[in-house]
Amino acid sequence: MYNYTDFDADFVRTRTAQFAAQVARRIDGSLTEDEFRPLRLMNGVYLQLHAYMLRVAIPYGSINPQQMRTLAQIADTYDKGYGHFTTRQNIQFNWPKLVDIPAILSDLADVGMHAIQTSGNTIRNVTADHFAGAAADEIEDPRPIAELLRQWSTDHPEFQFLPRKFKIAITGSSTDRAVTRAHDIGLRMVRNDAGEPGFEVIVGGGLGRTPLVGTTVRDFLPKADLLPYVEAVLSVYNMLGRRDNKYKARIKITLHETGKEELSRLIEERFDELRPLFGGNDQALLDQITAAFSTPELRQADTSAYAAFYKADPLFRSWADTNLAAHKHPDYRIVTISLKAHGATPGDATSAQMRLIADLAERFGHSEIRISHEQNVILPHVHLSDLPALHAALRGSGLETANVGLISDIIACPGMDYCALATARSIPVAQQIATRFDALKLEHDIGPLKIKISGCINACGHHHVGHIGILGLDRAGVENYQITLGGDGSETAVIGERAGPGFAYDEIVPAIERIIAAYLEQRQSPAETFLQAYRRLGLAPFKAALYPDEGKRDAA
Amino acid sequence: MSRAFTPKVITANDLLIGDVIYLTADDQWSRDHAAAELIEDEAHAQLRLLDAQRTKNAVGAYLADAKRGAHGPEPVHFREAFRTRGPSNYAHGKQVERAHV
Repeated sequence: MYNYTDFDADFVRTRTAQFAAQVARRIDGSLTEDEFRPLRLMNGVYLQLHAYMLRVAIPYGSINPQQMRTLAQIADTYDKGYGHFTTRQNIQFNWPKLVDIPAILSDLADVGMHAIQTSGNTIRNVTADHFAGAAADEIEDPRPIAELLRQWSTDHPEFQFLPRKFKIAITGSSTDRAVTRAHDIGLRMVRNDAGEPGFEVIVGGGLGRTPLVGTTVRDFLPKADLLPYVEAVLSVYNMLGRRDNKYKARIKITLHETGKEELSRLIEERFDELRPLFGGNDQALLDQITAAFSTPELRQADTSAYAAFYKADPLFRSWADTNLAAHKHPDYRIVTISLKAHGATPGDATSAQMRLIADLAERFGHSEIRISHEQNVILPHVHLSDLPALHAALRGSGLETANVGLISDIIACPGMDYCALATARSIPVAQQIATRFDALKLEHDIGPLKIKISGCINACGHHHVGHIGILGLDRAGVENYQITLGGDGSETAVIGERAGPGFAYDEIVPAIERIIAAYLEQRQSPAETFLQAYRRLGLAPFKAALYPDEGKRDAA
Repeated sequence: MSRAFTPKVITANDLLIGDVIYLTADDQWSRDHAAAELIEDEAHAQLRLLDAQRTKNAVGAYLADAKRGAHGPEPVHFREAFRTRGPSNYAHGKQVERAHV
């Protein structure tokens, strides 16, 4: 794990002190809200529906136990005893008082954390594959590059006033767990014919009101060229991106309006100018950073306890079947701790849960913790022999749910329960779907299924790339939910198809049930997943299930 | 023809804690929607909004649709109704905190 250098620590301390002075001047009236707003947003402070919200970055989703305990302490001291992990690998505190925020930032700085560039028209928290450094299918750990990008982008003078926010995601695996095709820049590590690692560079993906899968502008970029190339993309975007219309300001629109060829030409031209200027300094820095991300010393131990428990304990078996993933070491597993207990708020963790996760990471996980964009917590390195004890320790904490990748493992944005931009609620819809399918005892039979819910068109809940996507809208003063089907956020990314007219708040769960019933009826075998069935069958049978009356009308 | 003016209240968030507040007829900010001044005249609404935007401890004042109720103004839109209560996933916010000025 990367630890702050003196430079990083000084920078964060200085910023915290500056912000403390700005808060004081806001409170004594020397700063108006119009003057203060850009300052608070630079430091992750939003004003939401009921209170302020502080968004803290968890760069590329990596966090250590000490940091997790600090988040717990902040939740207890300054908030209501919990935090909300987001789809951008951040954590949000929903109830801080303005006057306390400088103290929170200072506590965060003590453990090498901050809220810088978690808002505003800058390069946001760089997100990464949450299995980075552990996944069996990984070419290389992408986090050193992500850290390099963070250091480069933090307070970068050229990129503090971009036309709009800018999101970068990176993965080192062929399986895309970081939704790289739905980011302003997506970086997917690939090998060239000579076997050298480099990146496929994808530009102009994004969800929101204009959902687009990104376009590949370079099939293979040598690893050593990454930083000047990313700077070239930003530089071209900064020049061409529209500042006249907020809704047309993202790079996806720049790409669309400029055309892939011309944009690529401009990027390559700028890249040729920039590359010599880096003079190898970026590579020297990357080498230093890379050393901080070495794999922990994995241990050799007898694995027979795992097999014995797997055979004997059905609860453990169920959890192991859903919540474990292959590790690059055959005797290890990647553990996903579900923050989606049936009926709980997706992504929320209490301070007690945070502390338990920190303890378990130390006991069983080489002190490493990751936060996924799917709003779960990952212990990336757990030895097979420790899994029964880990599972036993999770039981009773609300963190033991065996549902990762299943219908109740729902992504949901905060929606109108918190967010000032929301047009409808998301959280209770997620809670009700999870509770309903748990009661039906169907979710393991349904198998892999990703439901993603957003409470407005900005799509923080990634609904466009949910196998089932739900978008909450305000239709004539009433909450209304639109369904999209067949979306996919992986390496085979697809924007979902709108199923038809929306459903009222009390109609949405039954509507989802009808989709699932249609799937169970039509699938060729339990091995055919929802997404596979959808790709084979298309929208029609699901539409018929969603709108049964329409079929009757047509037949009449 | 312009649309008929519907009654409004003026609402904002408190500068220090961010809580939802409402402008009363006597120029105070209340935590309670029912204590708000119900404004039924458009010109008066614009004037009152200017007053509200000048006050020091209120952030983002705006006019929100409201209607006359038994105990004072009531919200019309669900967003404003949520703002009088707090989130639906936890018993936090106004729904559990005593309304006070």
